[in-house]
This record gives sequence, structure tokens and C-alpha cells, in this order.
Amino acid sequence: MQTLSNTMTVADDIRQFVTDNFLFGKSADLVDGESLLDRGVIDSTGVLELIQFIEDHYGIKVEDEEAIPQNLDSVTCLTNYVRTKLAAIA
Amino acid sequence: MQLEEFLENSARTYPDKVALVSGDQRFCYRQIDDEANRVSHALIRAGVERGDRVVIFLPNSVEAVVSIFAVLKAGAVFVVINPTTKADKLAYVLNNCRATAMITAEGKLGSMSACRDDTPYLRSIAVVGPIQPYIAEIESAGKKLISFDEIRTRVADSQPPVKRCIDIDLAALIYTSGSTGRPKGVMVTHLNVISAATSITAYLDNVPDDIVINVLPLAFDYGLYQLLMMFKVGGTLVLHDSFAYPYVVIEKIIQEGVTGLPIVPTISAILLQMNLAKYKFPKLRYISNTAAALPVEHIRKLRTAFPHVKIYSMYGLTECKRVSYLPPDQIETRPTSVGRGMPNEEVYVVDELGQRVGPGVVGELVIRGSNVMKGYWELPEETANRLKPGPFPGERVLYSGDLFRSDEEGYLYFVGRRDDIIKTRGEKVSPREVEDVIYRLEGVGEVAVIGVADPILGSAIKAVLTLHSEATITKQDVLRHCSANLEDFMVPKVVEFQTTLPKTESGKINKRALTEVPQEV
Repeated sequence: MQTLSNTMTVADDIRQFVTDNFLFGKSADLVDGESLLDRGVIDSTGVLELIQFIEDHYGIKVEDEEAIPQNLDSVTCLTNYVRTKLAAIA
Repeated sequence: MQLEEFLENSARTYPDKVALVSGDQRFCYRQIDDEANRVSHALIRAGVERGDRVVIFLPNSVEAVVSIFAVLKAGAVFVVINPTTKADKLAYVLNNCRATAMITAEGKLGSMSACRDDTPYLRSIAVVGPIQPYIAEIESAGKKLISFDEIRTRVADSQPPVKRCIDIDLAALIYTSGSTGRPKGVMVTHLNVISAATSITAYLDNVPDDIVINVLPLAFDYGLYQLLMMFKVGGTLVLHDSFAYPYVVIEKIIQEGVTGLPIVPTISAILLQMNLAKYKFPKLRYISNTAAALPVEHIRKLRTAFPHVKIYSMYGLTECKRVSYLPPDQIETRPTSVGRGMPNEEVYVVDELGQRVGPGVVGELVIRGSNVMKGYWELPEETANRLKPGPFPGERVLYSGDLFRSDEEGYLYFVGRRDDIIKTRGEKVSPREVEDVIYRLEGVGEVAVIGVADPILGSAIKAVLTLHSEATITKQDVLRHCSANLEDFMVPKVVEFQTTLPKTESGKINKRALTEVPQEV
């Protein structure tokens, strides 16, 4: 579980997870602000894997209502969302 | 009658009624019909003739809807391709059906550029979005580039073109996975589709007040029919692009007052992970499930979460669209049954000699009805394996390839498949197609692709490989190669390396042994 002091690495962690699990190592295809779904980086079941990862890795609970594109659909959105959640439980 | 009349009749009866909700946009019947007329004239001007195949390679969108009806109005045959299809397969389909035109979007032209020189039959490409940057490239390949945005707004073309078809003409080719590894084009006529849509809307009691949400790709016949059936009855289709964000879909269902929710078991697995007690669905009238049987546990939980909603458990094959449905009042009594034949269709179980068998006896399921396909496009042998003589001279009935038994009252129970096709999140995957792709990777010795049980996907795709001794490829290399060459749902979830693969006595890879005894090295 991460603490607020090292959330600077959140973006790196997420980028790494997406690269390893959805791009299978090809990091050049990942642009932080772009939609993961529209760009075909993840598919519908990929979102579930993504949620599982941030729940396990950061010890946060993604509520049903929070599982929306605004929070999860790009590296930037994910980073902001995780940081907000971590701040709330800090 | 022809299939495009579903739209034309509703446009006449309910011109200003909302036909389609896509994202934040709403389209009434008159608008969709006008646009389909305009696009059909442009297709005809581009040289599309009666019976020509036109490929539609678009995400779920109003453009895809307009295109389907435009192709029909032009007297041509529509072929909807999954939007995640990669260049090789796209070229295969374009050439296999010798499509003369394709409708796609700017973002998809990347897939196109890899195959633009290898598609000799394709003469015209209509593109949603700006076309200027691509004109030189596409035209240098001898093809005409058309702006979809321009043709859909050409007011002078708003009247429908003269009808050129009869109802036994082909309306669509629906590509489905084949055990040989190459997809097969299921040929369906206007009459086939109208018959299936008429029977299904009858047992679902669809009415003009129905609002159905579709999250499945239009390339998947179950998704396609949601559109066709709503347009048939003059209802409203809420078109969504996926079930990736279930909460967004739930909000849409509540906001739009959705009455019908078609799902596959993967969607019910995802839905049931949510706290559904928080939401109210006062307008929801039915949930229909097909593609694979709903686990009994899902049925129980869905009934608790949606107590006032009718649950239709169904079974289908692209080759005849729908085989059977279980009337909702039977779901408590026989939750594991996929029901009985639908109106105007006969289904029965036969032994290996084609003789009907009694209750309790396992045999192959046979389907008889005007919903049964005309065959697989240019595959006479595979067609003959499925379409065999029926009760009357000259008649052909569909052998499903699936094993079933029936109970004393004629309700059907699925027993197993006769081929090794994997059903993952409701879609059929040919292990051979995935294996063929993996074999193209340098360093791979042998590959076996199997399905393994998965709580969300039904079956997850697993690839078991041996490597040449000097090979240095990793599991990630295999997955990256697969995702570059296969549609999303075909990419394996698990890759395993082994030193050898088990063999049968005849020397073939023994997939059964792999399924039973996984040996990771």
C-alpha cells in the first residue's frame, strides 16, 4: 500500500501496469491523456483488470459510481483519481 | 418485403419518434431514413450494384446504423465487421466476399493502409471524418474516396432509390468463426432476417414503447438484431459502444427509461458484482440472455436484483439467428433449459442417422424454419455439412453441430459442442485461428489454444506453447503479437510455455489432456 508521500510515482505505476498488461511491453503506444478504450489499448474486460490493480496496489475501494471514464479512461485520469482517493484516506 | 422496410415503415408511421440514441445525440426515424436514402444514392453512384457486398467497418454509431440501411436500400448486401479487426483479417474478409465498397471511419484508415494494395475488388471507400489527408494515398491505390459526412447531408438525394431486390436476395453476410481457422460468411436473405426478427419480437412482446439498450457490437448478430427489431416495431434503440463502464450503462438505463436489456453471461457476471440494490429500474421489462447459457446462480441473483423483470434465457446460432427461448414463467421450474423453438420454427434432436429421438436421449439439434441461412459464402462443403435434407423433397434443414437432449415436455438442454470452438464473453473463437497467428511468431515450436473456465468470460483463452531451443521470446511477446493480429476477444488471457505438448496415439496434440493437467514449466 502506498502513502501520500510517494504518490509522485502513481503515474509511473499506472503507466507500467497498462504497458505490461495491455500493450505487452510496447510503451511507445501509450499517451497519457488519450482514451484507453477509444485507442483500443484496453477492452471492456480490461477495465475490470485495471480496477483490480488499483484496488490491490493502493488499498483503495473503487465504488461502482466511480468506475466511469472520467476516472479511469486515461493514464492522466487514473493518476488524478488515485491521488484524490489516497488523499481522502490519508 | 425487404429488410430496409423496417426503417421505411417506421419512418412513415412515426417520423418524429426517437429511433436512435447514440451518446448525447438523438435521431428520429425520419432523419435516419433520409440519411440512409442519401448514402444509398451515393453508393449507387459509386458503382454499387444489386447483390454487391459492402463492408461496414465502424464502431457502434449512428453512421453504422445509417450505413446498414443505406446498403440495403442500394440493393446490396451489408457485411458488418468488428471494429477491432486487424489489417490481415480485414483484407481477408474484403477479398473473400469481394466487397466493392467499404464504409469506415478516419481512425480506421490505419488498418486500411496495410491492405489497400491487396484488395483488388474494393473500388470505393466512404469515410466518416475528414478525408483530405488520405485522398492521394487511397486514390493512388486505384480506389475512390468518398466523404460520408458530405453524402449523408446531400438533401437532393433524400428520396429512396428504386427497389431492385426481392426477399430471397441476400441482405447480409455475417462472418463467424470457423473450425478451419478462417471466418465463414453466413449468407442470410431478407426473408431469413425478417422471419427471425418477426418471431423474436413476437415472443419478447416488443411494442413501439420499447426502449432497448445495445452494448454489443453490431458485427455480432445479437447486437445487430437489437437494432433491426427496434426499427421493426418502431421502438427506440439506445446504442452504446461497450459494457466497459457498467455504471455508465446503468445510468443510461435509468435515464432513458430502458425497457429491454440484452446481455451475455459475461455482462451478467459484471452486473452482479455491483451493488444493484442501490438502483431502481422501474421501466425495465425484460432481460434477455444468449450466446451461452446463464449459470443457474446468475439467474437466481438476477431475479433477486430485478424482481419485476422477465428473464429470457435463449440459445442461438448465427446460422439461423435464434434457435430457442425459455418462456420467463418456466425459468424457476427448469433453469438449466434453453427452452423451445420460437414461433414459426421447429427444432428437434436427431441421432447419427438423422432420425428423431425421444426425450432424454442425447443427439444433434436440428432447426427448421424460414430463419435458416442459405449457406456459407462460397464454402459448398461446409454448407453441406450443416444444411442437410429435411422432411420434404428438396428442403434443407440446419444441423446445429451442438448436442442436446429434451425433456418430456420438449424443453431443450444443452449437452456439449461437437467442435472445439471456444465461447468467450459470448463470442465464438476458433482455436485454429489463434494458433495460426501464434505459429507466425519466430521461435514457436507447437501451439495449442484451449478454453479454460473463467467466472467472468465463461471460457478464457489459453495458449500453451513449446519454443525452439534457441528462441528467446517471452509470454509478453506472444501476447503483443496476438493483440496486433487478432480482434480483442480472441487475444489469449493466459500464455503458458511447456517443454513438450501431450499427444494422442495418432500424434495430434491432445487438447483434452492439456485442459485436464496443466503443467507449467
